[in-house]
Amino acid sequence: MITGLSIATVWVLDQESAKRFYTEKLGFELRTDSAMGDFRWVTVGAKDQPGLEITLMEPAAPSLDPESAEQVRSLLAKGVLGAGVLSTDDCHATYRELSARGVEFVQEPTNRPYGIEALLRDDSGNWFSLTQRHEQMDPTAEWDPCVEGGSRG
Amino acid sequence: MTRTAPDLDHLRSLRQAKDLMDREWAQPLDVDAVAARAGYSRNHFVRSFRAAYGQTPGRYLSGRRIERAQDLLRNANLTVTEICFLVGFSSLGSFCTRFKEQVGVTPAEFRRASPPAVVPGCFALMHAGGFNPRRKSVFSEKPGGGARS
Repeated sequence: MITGLSIATVWVLDQESAKRFYTEKLGFELRTDSAMGDFRWVTVGAKDQPGLEITLMEPAAPSLDPESAEQVRSLLAKGVLGAGVLSTDDCHATYRELSARGVEFVQEPTNRPYGIEALLRDDSGNWFSLTQRHEQMDPTAEWDPCVEGGSRG
Repeated sequence: MTRTAPDLDHLRSLRQAKDLMDREWAQPLDVDAVAARAGYSRNHFVRSFRAAYGQTPGRYLSGRRIERAQDLLRNANLTVTEICFLVGFSSLGSFCTRFKEQVGVTPAEFRRASPPAVVPGCFALMHAGGFNPRRKSVFSEKPGGGARS
């Protein structure tokens, strides 16, 4: 019986830079940073969720052959890889807080039937949803047409 | 180990230009403006963007607007005309033509056939974007459709 999801992999261009981004900008805590020869194992996680870690992996040998690693790096830089959904209890406040720390957003907080949602990128180009979920899905709720969503001032 | 190939910087710039379109699609944005903000000449930008993403930036931006229009048609209590201008088109005719080209039906037909969606908007934004799998090929564009032609 599987009892949970405990580690998820996120490909990053540079582990050191990603470690700083996730801890200093996103506010995650560092869980592990250890090396085994050339192989460096770095995991981070949200402070309130001790059971789930993200392992920040560089696309490189020995896990990937050079050609595949190059392809993953290109996909990261092009920004087409999505890494998941981050939960927040206040999307607007978190958006302001992270923006102030220099986190790049693709979408400002927007109303959706399932909650309020913004979209951000990590320092490698992975996109994350930042979602403040409503208790219950409300399919009759207004969808924010985000008319102002595109303008940043 | 942490080698950064030069073309990654180039790809990152292209991504930032794409993000700009994803963020400001509702604004009066065109390819010249995006290229200028990204620091490219128009021709170089169009060529590079197409090489990286399989279609021209003009197509991408209009695809993004059509995708946002689909979202609004499904979920917002607005007229087709209101939606057309909201998503950044300046004429109803070009909006309907592009919509039908990309989606296969007119905006009104789409609205009649589409119940409200339950797919998270972020995934719709990132996945349904400008890259519509129903489009035949990125090379089957009509002349002048945002391409350099």
